[in-house]
Amino acid sequence: MSDLVESFYSRVPVLDETPPPALSPEDRQRLLKSYYPDYRPEGKATLRVGPNAGTVVPEEIATLLESRSRLQGSRIIPDHPDREVDVLIIGGGGAGITAALYAAEQGVSVLLATKLRVGDSNTVMAEGGIQSALGEGDSPVEHFRDTFRGGHGENDPTLLSVLVSEGPRMVEWLVSRGILFDRDPQGNLSLRKGGGTSRPRLISAKDYTGLELIRVLKEDVVNSPVEILEFSPAVELLQGPGGACAGAVLWDLDSRKNFFVKARTVILATGGTGRLHLGGFATSNHFGATGDGLCMAYRMGAKLVHIDSFQYHPTGVIFPSEMAGMLITEAVRGAGARMYNLLGRRFVNELETRDVVASAIIRECSEGRGVPTPSGAFGVYLDLASIDRDAGEGTVTKRFPNIVKLMTRHHVDPTKVPILVYPTLHYQNGGIRTDENAHTSIPNLLVAGEASGGLHGTNRLMGNSLLELFVFGRRAGLEGSKEARERPPFSWKEVSLAHVENFEQALAREFEGAERPIAPTLFPDYRRKDS
Amino acid sequence: MVQAMWYTGHEVIHGIGCLGGVCGACATVYRMKGDFRLRNALACQTLVQDGMSFSMLDSYPIQRAHYDVAALTDPKEELFTFYPESATCRNCNACTEVCPQGIDVRDAVWRANFGDFKAVAELTMSCVMCGLCVSRCIAEMAPHEIALYARRAYGAKELPFPSNLKTRLGEIEAGTFSREMNHLLSLSPAELKKECEVKS
Ligand SMILES: Cc1cc2nc3c(=O)[nH]c(=O)nc-3n(C[C@H](O)[C@H](O)[C@H](O)COP(=O)(O)OP(=O)(O)OC[C@H]3O[C@@H](n4cnc5c(N)ncnc54)[C@H](O)[C@@H]3O)c2cc1C
Ligand code: SF4
Ligand code: SF4
Ligand code: FES
Repeated sequence: MSDLVESFYSRVPVLDETPPPALSPEDRQRLLKSYYPDYRPEGKATLRVGPNAGTVVPEEIATLLESRSRLQGSRIIPDHPDREVDVLIIGGGGAGITAALYAAEQGVSVLLATKLRVGDSNTVMAEGGIQSALGEGDSPVEHFRDTFRGGHGENDPTLLSVLVSEGPRMVEWLVSRGILFDRDPQGNLSLRKGGGTSRPRLISAKDYTGLELIRVLKEDVVNSPVEILEFSPAVELLQGPGGACAGAVLWDLDSRKNFFVKARTVILATGGTGRLHLGGFATSNHFGATGDGLCMAYRMGAKLVHIDSFQYHPTGVIFPSEMAGMLITEAVRGAGARMYNLLGRRFVNELETRDVVASAIIRECSEGRGVPTPSGAFGVYLDLASIDRDAGEGTVTKRFPNIVKLMTRHHVDPTKVPILVYPTLHYQNGGIRTDENAHTSIPNLLVAGEASGGLHGTNRLMGNSLLELFVFGRRAGLEGSKEARERPPFSWKEVSLAHVENFEQALAREFEGAERPIAPTLFPDYRRKDS
Repeated sequence: MVQAMWYTGHEVIHGIGCLGGVCGACATVYRMKGDFRLRNALACQTLVQDGMSFSMLDSYPIQRAHYDVAALTDPKEELFTFYPESATCRNCNACTEVCPQGIDVRDAVWRANFGDFKAVAELTMSCVMCGLCVSRCIAEMAPHEIALYARRAYGAKELPFPSNLKTRLGEIEAGTFSREMNHLLSLSPAELKKECEVKS
């Protein structure tokens, strides 16, 4: 294996540090329109059924949304629910755990059901950090402006103002739980610069930010009154009186049985869609990121927003191939890492927004200036050695220990040789439309985190999604428990899967009986087909 | 290792989380042909080799202390209330040898016992909570949980509250930014785009 790495690295050209040409606003637009996957016509389909009918989305998303239920055959609801709770939270990442902690504090009964173990999520993987406007000369208003600009002005201004205004308070909550963010010598939270922001605003825990968050919050939720069900993904929502949400059907992965939960409110916190591999892209996401929440809520009639908008993180590892998709945080570019094409030339300012940088990499590779890998893929060089040259020997190892550890395991020393990267499917910018109190368009169904949409517009800035988990996770937990208290009692007899029946009938009509796929898939299937 | 399982047609659910070496779901024990030694690894980060036999330990049973970090008053003493076994470390170093993250786990346990929580924080920042150290500890403790306790106590109780955060919270509380924020929210979509210099 290391022979392959060695021979690959024997071909690195001389890297020429001459700055790349500056881009005018028109250049940026042209670059995005020509190369960014969201804007490309291929691999797209128009939704025909459901609340977003008429929207053009990636084919994989259409397959997810216009699908049949996993509950096939007779859809009989048992005489009694297996469990009855005030608040059911679906998804045990940062948003779900935060919602659970806040809901439980209100004294309602809370059940947190999740697909794998609590914390096995995109949250645990976050490296770069959380945006919070703490610097002198910075303010929530500047944070608002940068995010709105980054999101192409498509962000919901109300959601955004809540995010930036409550952000610091949630950082206080995290610090008080003992989460160890990096400090400067005066004891302030260190602030770093991320792409697309006008001020340094990222707080982090080395490059283990998500891990540090999850280790602590998981301990708290396990120690709280919240009841936890692991390896129990939701496969369908349940409908109650007036079309409101009334619980969910969970699928116990071990006993292979359905588990019916009656709930007064349901909070969806199922995260993103990376494992659907839109357009065949590799992904940085965890194993369970298959968009289940979107699919279940859509069947119930929840409106989605910006569901044609995804973030391809510019710098996913592409060689060695067993690391494909692994993310190299944008913070390395903030710290001075540079990118080079096959010819050893820089081709884009590394601090442009993610979509621009990703498009520039795709352009280099599709115009023959990409570096070929032994398995036939292409990428560009991301050189971290310049960080050590600028900021002093040892900076890379100190600030990005995880990157150094993981790459070195695969015989690549990133302090000496450049890492080969290509864009990787990273984040779902849109999702289930939500308001400032985490409501969806369905009564008693709330949403928080990456599964929700509207906040980020059509391009999320780094560090805003972690912040979102806490700001809106808290709001969802508080609002969810309030609604649970206020909801008039209803009986199990009034609970049904009628919305699923209706949706499948609409599918059959629109697709004229053609077989539709079954979703949520819960996991990607990477098994060898003929094994 | 995980890819090898797929290649041979296995479905893996217990034992996969992030596939990126950070969640600790894939702790694995393995042995090489002709070698009696037991080795450990994170399965998503380890290449299979000829003659390897392995088994995944998807969760190792542990006793976790029930505490509220905010309510700690003397964290260094309280360590021995919550984790009395911490003092029984026999210095065998098995934990350090097994740790896939290369952490000096034994040292971290001792530092915790001596109340040097700052050092524990520095030593164990990369811990993925895989529990492999527990599987080998002859004193049967959970070093990673002890380290988590020490890190949290250090962050919540020892480190001073960050002053830049305190200042900003005070300003937000006092409504320093409300006028400007309300102004932004009062604009029409087109005006807001102009005001924020949206480029498209
Ligand atoms: C590698 C990586 C690095 C990142 N770095 C940063 C960063 O530096 N800064 C930043 O702000 N953001 C970052 N992000 C984005 C950010 O981490 C995520 O957007 C955010 O953590 C999502 O949190 P969540 O709670 O909404 O979803 P997740 O954390 O993904 O949690 C969703 C949970 O729901 C579970 N689930 C899914 N389907 C079901 C179902 N049907 N039933 C029950 N449970 C289900 C999942 O298993 C998972 O546990 C990064 C993302 C990745 C992948
Ligand atoms: S300290 Fe223990 S739990 Fe943490 S990574 Fe090392 S072996 Fe795993
Ligand atoms: S394995 Fe247990 S007894 Fe041995 S050094 Fe580590 S903590 Fe101490
Ligand atoms: S699957 Fe998360 S560490 Fe291996």
